[in-house]
Amino acid sequence: MRWLSRLFEYVGEAGVFSLRVLIDWLKPPFEFVQLSRQLAEVGNKSLALVVVSGFALGAVMTLHTRNTLVTFGATAMIPAVQAVSFFVEIGPLVAGLLLAGRVGSGIGAVLANMRASEQIDAIESLSIDSFKFLVVPRVLACVIALPFLTLFMDFSGLLGGFLSEELSSHIAPALYLNRAFDYLQWSNFIAPTLKTTVFGFIIGSVSSYFGYTTDKGAQGVGEAATNSVVVSSLLIIVADVLLIKCIFFLFPETAI
Amino acid sequence: MTVNQSVVVEFKGVMKAFGAKRVLNNVSFQIGQGQALCLLGRSGTGKSVTLKLIMALMRPDSGEVWVDQDNVVGMGEQRLSFMRKKLGYLFQDAALFDSLTLYENLALPLSRLTKKSGDEIDDVVRRVLTDVGLGADGAKYPAALSGGMKKRAGLARALVLEPKILLADEPSSGLDRITAAEIDELLLRRKAEHGTTLIIVTHDVHGARKTADRVAVLDKGNLVAFGSVEEVSQGENEVARKLITE
Repeated sequence: MRWLSRLFEYVGEAGVFSLRVLIDWLKPPFEFVQLSRQLAEVGNKSLALVVVSGFALGAVMTLHTRNTLVTFGATAMIPAVQAVSFFVEIGPLVAGLLLAGRVGSGIGAVLANMRASEQIDAIESLSIDSFKFLVVPRVLACVIALPFLTLFMDFSGLLGGFLSEELSSHIAPALYLNRAFDYLQWSNFIAPTLKTTVFGFIIGSVSSYFGYTTDKGAQGVGEAATNSVVVSSLLIIVADVLLIKCIFFLFPETAI
Repeated sequence: MTVNQSVVVEFKGVMKAFGAKRVLNNVSFQIGQGQALCLLGRSGTGKSVTLKLIMALMRPDSGEVWVDQDNVVGMGEQRLSFMRKKLGYLFQDAALFDSLTLYENLALPLSRLTKKSGDEIDDVVRRVLTDVGLGADGAKYPAALSGGMKKRAGLARALVLEPKILLADEPSSGLDRITAAEIDELLLRRKAEHGTTLIIVTHDVHGARKTADRVAVLDKGNLVAFGSVEEVSQGENEVARKLITE
């Protein structure tokens, strides 16, 4: 039972922590310099990972779907299957999980190291609100960057799919794009892309929570990095289920 | 224990525990403006905790901590922020911000807490860096600095806002005798030229003898001796006598 009470304690603390992030977002001073630094860290430095992963995933997915659709003589559907699956689900979810791995662990480790080496105390001693200075810009950067990274994931997946298909059937780019977007509506594209802001919030706040609140010195650095990745990945997958239900409820036409 | 100068830091019956371990037990003392107090004691006796209580980075379980006529216990964030501007803190491992250069480490508090222009900030940062002998190292990141340079850089950052009170957590730990003496000289110069009150946690009795107007000895969370070096070395408490005469 002790682990259960500890779990509830964690959830409560993390909930209050996340609520504080939301409240402090709106309160001046606004840390624009820190935000731009974090956007570069979260966005720019994750771009190559997202694009390469999306491209490879797109190519592999086309190879798999081609084998199945050939059986039914429906190879013309490959671009549509590729576009719908990437824009609706694979792009947002995989981009979120990749960011949880790369950025979540980084945020957790950096903040835990700052705690262990008294850098957070040093910020407080300089009359600077360490929460607003360190946590809020990191969470906000994840929220802003993830939808854009998702778009890169979507289009690089489509490009990977096209190249894979082009090698098999020599399909023209224009025809591929035409078929790809035939079944896709704006609502299929906008709602799933915007749901990644929630994934970004989860990654930023969960990993900041583990890093910022650690009190285990050097040992806490590794623990914070691991916990950040594990918990934020798990929460992203759970949140995805809930968000899809919400999207279907709000935009019934998106249920393909 | 009489303090002639106006009191700038005072502990009144302060207690602090971590779980079952009590690190400060009913500790009371005061220190006057422009004085240097050295906190001595074995490891884990609550010396660094004392500094963190003064800076309000921790709250005591009971008792009062007065800094410049204000009780910092229970103080709101806004008043704390104002109070902390009067204090400088040299951390044990300097706690410089890894992602910023030495120059940026010093410029950060100036740009955020003062209304100085860019040129004025530049002047202050260069002057303070030169004062601590790091005038040519402003572009370096903390990882590129030696232990002694880090201490001096940490001291520079603690002094950049010209605090009324300087808290130093083991300023000479991990340094050779010569470098440690240089740090002591910097602290003493600050005290002499600006009337800065110094509260220093140290294991370096040699340095404490040189810098301290008052010495406080903590043992198992209790303040067992307080007074001048001579008073403590001739006092009744054996731990304090041993520490100061070793």
